[in-house]
Amino acid sequence: MAEQKMVNLTIEGRQVSVPEGTTILEAAKTAGVLIPHYCYHPGLPVAGVCRMCLVEVEKAPKLAPSCATTVAEGQVVHVHNEKSLDARKGVLEMLLINHPLDCPICDQSGECELQDYTYQEGRADSRYREPKRFNPAEDFGGDVMYVPNRCILCTRCVRFMDDIAKEPTLNVSERGDRALIGKFEGRDMTHPWAANVIDLCPVGALLSKDFLNKARAWELDRAASICPNCTQGCNVIMETRENQIVRMRPRPNENVNAFFMCDWGRLNYRWMNEKNRVERPMVRDTNALVPTSWEAAITSAARVLNGKKVFVAASPMLSNESLFLLTQLMQDGNGAFRVREGEEAPLAGVKDLALRRERAANVYGAEKLGFKKTTDLLSGLGQGDVLLVAGEDLDGIDASALSRASAVVVINSVLPESAPNAAVVLPIANFSEEEGTVTNLRGRVQRFTQARQAPGETRPSWLVLGDLLGAMGRQTSFFLPSDVFAKLASTHKSFAGLSYDSIGLKGLPVVDAQSNGQNAPVAVGAA
Amino acid sequence: MGFPHQPHPRETTVLSKYFGDAEARTLDGWKKRGGYKALEKALGMAPADIVNIVKESGLRGRGGAGFPTGLKWSFMKPGDGKPHYLCCNADESEPGTFKDRECMRWTPHALIEGCAIGAYAIGAETAYIYIRGEFTEPLYWMEKAVKEAYAAGIIGKNAMGTGKRVDVHVHKGAGAYICGEETALMNSLEGRRGNPRIKPPFPAVSGVFGMPTTINNVETLIASAPILLNGADWYKKMCLSNPKSTGTKLFSVCGNVQRPGTYEVVMGFPFREFLYDLCGGPLHGRKFKAVIPGGASVPIQTMEEAEATLMDYEGFVEKGSMLGSGGVIVIDDAQPMVTVIARIARFFAHESCSQCTQCREGTAWTTKILERIRDGEGTMEDLDTLLDIAEQMTGKTICVLSDSCAVPVVSGIKKFRNEFEALIQGRRFHPVAAAVA
Repeated sequence: MAEQKMVNLTIEGRQVSVPEGTTILEAAKTAGVLIPHYCYHPGLPVAGVCRMCLVEVEKAPKLAPSCATTVAEGQVVHVHNEKSLDARKGVLEMLLINHPLDCPICDQSGECELQDYTYQEGRADSRYREPKRFNPAEDFGGDVMYVPNRCILCTRCVRFMDDIAKEPTLNVSERGDRALIGKFEGRDMTHPWAANVIDLCPVGALLSKDFLNKARAWELDRAASICPNCTQGCNVIMETRENQIVRMRPRPNENVNAFFMCDWGRLNYRWMNEKNRVERPMVRDTNALVPTSWEAAITSAARVLNGKKVFVAASPMLSNESLFLLTQLMQDGNGAFRVREGEEAPLAGVKDLALRRERAANVYGAEKLGFKKTTDLLSGLGQGDVLLVAGEDLDGIDASALSRASAVVVINSVLPESAPNAAVVLPIANFSEEEGTVTNLRGRVQRFTQARQAPGETRPSWLVLGDLLGAMGRQTSFFLPSDVFAKLASTHKSFAGLSYDSIGLKGLPVVDAQSNGQNAPVAVGAA
Repeated sequence: MGFPHQPHPRETTVLSKYFGDAEARTLDGWKKRGGYKALEKALGMAPADIVNIVKESGLRGRGGAGFPTGLKWSFMKPGDGKPHYLCCNADESEPGTFKDRECMRWTPHALIEGCAIGAYAIGAETAYIYIRGEFTEPLYWMEKAVKEAYAAGIIGKNAMGTGKRVDVHVHKGAGAYICGEETALMNSLEGRRGNPRIKPPFPAVSGVFGMPTTINNVETLIASAPILLNGADWYKKMCLSNPKSTGTKLFSVCGNVQRPGTYEVVMGFPFREFLYDLCGGPLHGRKFKAVIPGGASVPIQTMEEAEATLMDYEGFVEKGSMLGSGGVIVIDDAQPMVTVIARIARFFAHESCSQCTQCREGTAWTTKILERIRDGEGTMEDLDTLLDIAEQMTGKTICVLSDSCAVPVVSGIKKFRNEFEALIQGRRFHPVAAAVA
């Protein structure tokens, strides 16, 4: 890459040096100054219409829209001086004259940029004495609902559908103050990535029907996580209210999902809230599974497994850590997994971003760690092997195949219906209840954190498997999932050099994927 | 000439000479009147020489901004390997302006000739004439003339047998005022919504279809032909006041005058004589009260200002307004100013493209307040609010529609505050009665 020319300028008295071609708005971010804005979004083409980001550039005749003005050598930019502030106050007042001011019943309240900036620097009162414009709310199809009265016509949604989804669906209809967002005739917001407009909307005009009236923004707890629903590994925020996941939203990561996530992944969170959980460890006593203590259950499981050839039927939803520990349990046995499939749905405007065919978080990791991807899950189960079911629900598995096993140990968050003969059942947390890493289809190892409390006596899978290894006489000392990962990194060449600290919240590619060019930043809007 | 009236002896008819002359509309008739001689001359010259002559002549954009035409043409760099385009802005929508309409109705070939000269001068092979959607008659004549010119080989692949390609296309707009803004016009021409684009990039860098483009007003392009034929000096000498304003200018006059029409005078002509002599003065028993000299978006002049004005770019600015598009709207003492201003504001509110916040909300808000004052429901605070909104609408948006709406409000309140206050304080304004008394 050719060396970039740097431009030096002063923003709010702070010297910054940014590559030529950077906008003032982005340059200001590097100076730690957030220039208030609405229509600008780093993932969309520049529109320059809200006029909120006007700043004073010394020697320029007019205030400059910082989102559409590139930096120049020696520029002196004022963001918080009286002139710029006065312009923003003007925009805020105008944006509110026809706004219904219905924050108390608006889903966006608490995470609304109109609300935030008005509190920060808007007028305390309005001078508007005329009747307000009114347009009824409209169902836009898909998960999207439109409340035109709250709309500030920033056109982020229009630009997303045009330039990123590349399926023009929305437009600005009418002119002047009659303008509102319209839908092209015969089109609906059913594009597999359409719901991103809800996140992009800076105000409460585009709302999620799924999230409607579920919670106020300030009632939510948020955890950085990875969408577990396909191999893309979109970075997400899991939001919970009273320990229930109520919403998943994309977390920006330029190497994976830019600013977006697909509708299917976004709305597929309810399984993590399900109540049909196995909440206590259980051991078989003649004909029935009987709840027991963790110590007793682990001891029983170790007794069943020790010295036997073990076949692991694993889930590709398990973390790298758990899958790694499972390989340690296998001894000279082997393991396999199967993965649910669906139709691939790419986001046209972002390179290498799609809802992937394989609908599980850690297919790459499972294969890397030696698990065989198969459609016939138990084909590798030998006569007399111990079957260790880890995270698998065994749906649709033929009972005759199960009968080849000399014993069955289940490590799962729900009790598989087709494994009634389990000798031991060890309840584990599901994806949203524990911490770990998963590896996406391009070999990027990404951390996810705990979003919910696990129910009953369930424990994180890495902890259960670590204890089990200990009970089987192996030397283990895992106090944290990062300990397990450190062990994995020192054992597996692919993971060499990685640690929780270095992976951070943006992920890092495994050794094999570092030079294949597939982990380069995605170019939003290119293509 | 003062079409539809007989030409006034004090007019200088260069562009309007054949207004009302039906034969001038046809190719033969136009040739008989010296048409296409300038194009023939141009095609035999180097483009840079044409640009220099136009530069030298001092011709400035007649659409409103008054940007030097030769300088604009010189921004188009020859040999950049890209197709260049010329756009003729015939979307004449400024309230009070109808000079381009007359040009196209009576002398369609003059515009084709101007377009061809302009296109050749800037290295373009294609010129688009973007005609206002409501202009059905000018469209009819323009399309007919273009067909004739193609058939006669004047334009096309081999323009006038010189082997040079000049295509002229007529494009009908859909009736939006904002499409007269150059970048909105380009969007509209490309089939997009007619929203102004952010500048930079300027049209000379990235215009129609992303290619270098020059956009000129109808009158500007038509003026290029006589300049080429008669020379820069001839044009430059047509100047009665400031040497920065040269040539003749078409003024379309409407409102409360004896003889509304399209007049052509030399730059720097005294406005007082123009109004009282050429246009025949006020209607019987009335007095002039105010003039909007350059289309609805320029500041309103009091008669005191207007009568002291010399009609050129600098002269109007000196006397509190702008030359604009030359659309002179004359307002007499029978008209309540608040009603006039409210009507103008309503126009801009209706035509705002809705992109920029200040314009979308500000134009409509301004209109609502003005109409409330007009209806006798105003307060004194409203005047401050109006001025404040106008301040927010000025110099902060992508294009100048927002500024244009603010201008008559600010100048109106400043110069005719008494009428606003009278309405607010409940002293109903009865203009006709006042005039009679």
